[in-house]
Parts: sequence; structure tokens; C-alpha cells
Amino acid sequence: MTALVHKLPLRAAAVPYPALLAVLGVGLTVSVVLATGLGAVAVPSGEVAGILAHRLTGGGDSAATADLIVWRIRFPRVLLSAVAGAGLAVAGAVVQGVVRNPVADPYLLGLSHGASVGAVLVLTTGASVLGALTLPLAAFAGASAAMGIVLALASRQGRLLPVRLILVGVAFGHLFAGITSYVLALTESSAAQQQIIFWLLGGLSGASWATLPIPAAVVGAATALLLVRARRLNALVLGEEAGAALGLNASRQRWYLLLLVTLLTGTVVAVSGGIGFVGLIVPHLARMLVGADHRRMLPITVVLGALFLLWADVAARTLVSPTELPIGVLTAFLGVPCFLLVMRARGLAGQETP
Amino acid sequence: MRLDIDAVSVTLSGRDVIEDVSLAVPSGQFTALVGPNGSGKSTLLRTVYRAHRPYAGTVRLDGRDLWSMPAAQAARSVGVLMQEQHTGFEFTVAEMVGLGRTAHLGFFDRFTHEDRDAVAEALDRTGLTAYAQRRVGQLSGGERQRVLLARALAGRPRVLVLDEPTNHLDVRHQLDLLELVRDLDVTVLAALHSLDLAAAYADAVAVLRGGKLVAHGPAAEVLTPSTIGEVFEVEATVHDVGGRPGFALRPRCVCPDGRCHWSCRRRAEALLSDAR
Repeated sequence: MTALVHKLPLRAAAVPYPALLAVLGVGLTVSVVLATGLGAVAVPSGEVAGILAHRLTGGGDSAATADLIVWRIRFPRVLLSAVAGAGLAVAGAVVQGVVRNPVADPYLLGLSHGASVGAVLVLTTGASVLGALTLPLAAFAGASAAMGIVLALASRQGRLLPVRLILVGVAFGHLFAGITSYVLALTESSAAQQQIIFWLLGGLSGASWATLPIPAAVVGAATALLLVRARRLNALVLGEEAGAALGLNASRQRWYLLLLVTLLTGTVVAVSGGIGFVGLIVPHLARMLVGADHRRMLPITVVLGALFLLWADVAARTLVSPTELPIGVLTAFLGVPCFLLVMRARGLAGQETP
Repeated sequence: MRLDIDAVSVTLSGRDVIEDVSLAVPSGQFTALVGPNGSGKSTLLRTVYRAHRPYAGTVRLDGRDLWSMPAAQAARSVGVLMQEQHTGFEFTVAEMVGLGRTAHLGFFDRFTHEDRDAVAEALDRTGLTAYAQRRVGQLSGGERQRVLLARALAGRPRVLVLDEPTNHLDVRHQLDLLELVRDLDVTVLAALHSLDLAAAYADAVAVLRGGKLVAHGPAAEVLTPSTIGEVFEVEATVHDVGGRPGFALRPRCVCPDGRCHWSCRRRAEALLSDAR
């Protein structure tokens, strides 16, 4: 273990940045094709590539079973897993920068727990006023409401300070989790309980072409916006006082960024359920590879987040096929060893920070 | 650029930490701020880099109210070297110094030639060019202090605010830093602990005590044995070192055994209050 950690390319200084990004990009593309082929009915990668090429160049319907599986069912799901992974990872990176704490993620601010409350209320009451959109909208509303409460209570005279954000976020996260557990305990129908537990642990089985565009657009736009303003994100990490000296209104930046994180997390959680750990672990890996500069680490975070959740989803739907595991179980099983490895590696590399 | 601190008062948690301080630094001049711990030096400097708003009085740059201009505009004029908190995020030296250009960025945060030139020049001036790709967290305390100076210089400021700039620096680098700062064509307001350095480099010395300005003027006039004795509560002897004042400081000892520790001072204060 220790020897392995020593050999890890902790600082990819030897690998030029564009090459690293290109390798990861190619890796993601190959992963998409491979993952689309994997499942209860395996489709060879060559055939998958053929079908995708045919469809993406404007080819029409075909009656073949493989075409149905690949294009209608698996491909949108694989894309959604990549989009959700990228979105959660970027949200994590931004939250870590905003609260100046490298172990923060959207859970820490109570966002994900808020989304859970919204979703669980819909699942138990059986409300469906808005049809199929009821659940995602309720989850999004829950996340927004949670962020609204946390922001309102954490700000004083318009100033938003990191420590207060964490304290209020953690406290309300517990409150929301308590509400969710309470509702779960009161639910008599075991089918509803099953549904709730599955939602809390996350899953992408609901993926279809219809659920893809909104998350994809939000994640794409948010990432683009963050990338062009990445230097400001760097300055924010230095803290209130240094920010003021550099001409940055730190509180205002935090407001903007947290609204963006709410939008990102709310949109993703609405279609994927409460997937943990991606937002915590992926930004760390990215920083280890290319350092803390957000101009460099954000693109890496996007690709690594997409890769991580994509393969976690493949594992979730193939490990005990035909049954499907909640993806949150997989991200925890994959994420914790990763996290420990990162922590050990950081310590060994002598970069332990107080 | 002329810096005017005019009748400034600051409160922290309801307590006055700066009371009615007025201090002018003429364009291109170096003013040293001296005073014991907790006298309000850092707080006064914070009002100049807009980290703490005074509740009364104004801070002006060439006559314009600093606190009523946009934050970025103020930051383009004022460069700051402050005591910095550590963060868990590791930047390289070049990235950290580049952050000194934050106030100059447009909406898209792109670096122009001017930005790059300013960063290269700041690295060169502080002798850090060879360190550009090193991680700040791996540097020594003194090197980190130079990085912070480079970041302040990268903004090409016209007023430089320095809060204990010689912290962590060995004597050679202390002198290097102050020589560099003095030779720049900028207005400097620096909080310094060393009276010798203040006398050697500053055009004027301002003495703070308990949030009030108690003396202000050329070092030779201000840093007299009686002022130093009163403000810092030490015995001071001033002698001539090549035409400028040098200082020999001894504790003001009140204990019979000659051991002048904090506990002794406390005992002495207790005796005094008993006597009253």
C-alpha cells in the first residue's frame, strides 16, 4: 500500500497539462462507448460505436434490439451519469473554495438533505400535481429552500462568512436528515419506504433522453461561467481580508457562487437522487494532479467527476444484475478507499496542512 | 499618490480601537507606524485597504475618498502586504503573485501582456523568478513573505501598505525588502516593530498607543527616550549611528531581584495599586 502510494504521480508536473486533459478526455470518450456496451445484455464495443456513429450523424430508427438498448436506454443513461458526476464534482469544488475548506461539499451546506426532504414528501404523499416532473421539481425546491434558509441564517449585515456557513449548514443538514427519517418512520407502505431509501442513496435508473437536456445545459453553462471567472475563485480562497486588499468583494462573490451551486446541485440531485462523495473526493483528486489553481483544476474536476460517476453507475447496474444497486452505495465503496489513498498520499508527500 | 487619513475612528465589537487618528503621507514618502502590540497599527492599515470601514473620518487618495470608490479601483492604487492566514489550498508562487492582478482583470479574467509583465517584474524584483513554479506551502517563512511582497507589487500600486513586512525575514532580507520598498516610486505606510529599521528607512515615524496617535514626525524628533519609554514602557537610550538614531532598549525593572518577567510586572502593579 505504502509503496503504491509512493509511486502515484502525486504531482503530475512531469505530464504537461494539455496532455493530461487530452488523455482524460479520450478516456472519457472511450468509457462512454464501453459503458454503453456493458449491462444485462452486453453489446460489443464495435457495434456500440457503429450504432452511436450512425445515430449521431443523423441516422434514423432501426428495428434492431441492439439499437434500442444502446440508443434508447443505455446511451442517455451513460451521458446522464457523466453529466451528474461532472455537476456534483464542480459543485463540490466551488463549495470548497467558498468556505475555504478542502473537505466541504454540497452535503456540508445542507443542500442535499434539503433536496431529500422535498423528494421524500412527494414519495410519501403520492402527490403528482406536475406529473413525472413532480419529484425532480420537489427535490430542486427542497435544495433551494435549504440553501435559502442556510444563507439567511449564516449572513449578518449582508456579510457571508465561511465558518458561519459551515456551522449553519451542518446544523440544518442534521435537521433535514431528521425530518426525512421521521417521514420514513411514519410511512406504512413498504413499497414507498423502498422507493425512499432508493432515492436517498441515489440512482440513475430513471434516465432517458427527456431527463438529460436540463442537467446537461445547467452543468455546461455553470462550468463555462466558473471557468471564465476562475481567477476570482482563486482570490476568494485567500480569505476575506486578502480578498478586500485585492479589490474582491468576497461576500458578494460567495453569494453568486452559492446560488450557482444551488442551481447545479438542485438540478443534478433532482434527476439522480442523493449521490454523495463525488463532490468531496473528485476536486481533491484534481488538486493533487494539477494544483489548486481553479483555471487548471476545474476542467480536470469536470472530466474526473464524469468518469467517476459513469463507472460507479456501470457497477451499480451490473454487479448484481438484474437487480440494481443504489449508486450511493457504489460511490461510498469506491470513494472511501480513494479518499484514504489521497489522504495518505498527501501526508507522505509532506503537504499536510494544519 | 498622496494618502490622507483624516480623523479616522474605528470600533471592533463596540470598543474603540482607533480614536480620531489623522495622518498624512505625502506622495512618494515612507511613513513608519510604530507602537506596542494592540495599539491599533494593523487596524489603522485595514482602513486603507478597505478591510475595515471606519465609522468616522475619511481615508483619501489624492483627495478622493477611498471608501466611496469601487473596490477594484481602490485596490488598483493600493498594494498590501499583510499577515496572512494559511489556507489548505496550494498555489504555486506564480499563481499567488498573479492574484495581485485581480483588481485589473476584465469580466473574462484573461491575462493581458501588461498583467504578465507586471507579474514577471514583481518576481524579478523580489528575487523569486527561479521559484515561480514552486508551491507556496513548501517555501520557508521568509520566502513566503517575499511572495506576499511580490503579490503586492504585481498590482503596480501607487500606495503600498505593509503590515510587519519584515516578519520571518533574516536581517539581510529585512534590509533588502526595505531598500527595495524605499527605492520604489510609491507612497508607503508600514507598521514596523523595529525602531532601528523605522529610523533608518522612514521619512517620518508615527507612534500609536491605545488607538491614538501620540507623535508624528522625523524619527530623530519623535523617537526620543521619553516617548519610547512612555509608549513601550521600556528604558531607552538613543545614540547616534552614522547620523541617524539607534536604540538600546532595556526592560523597565521594578523587581528587587532584577528578574524582569511578566510575573514581576504583575506583582509590581499589585503593589502599586495597594499603595494607592
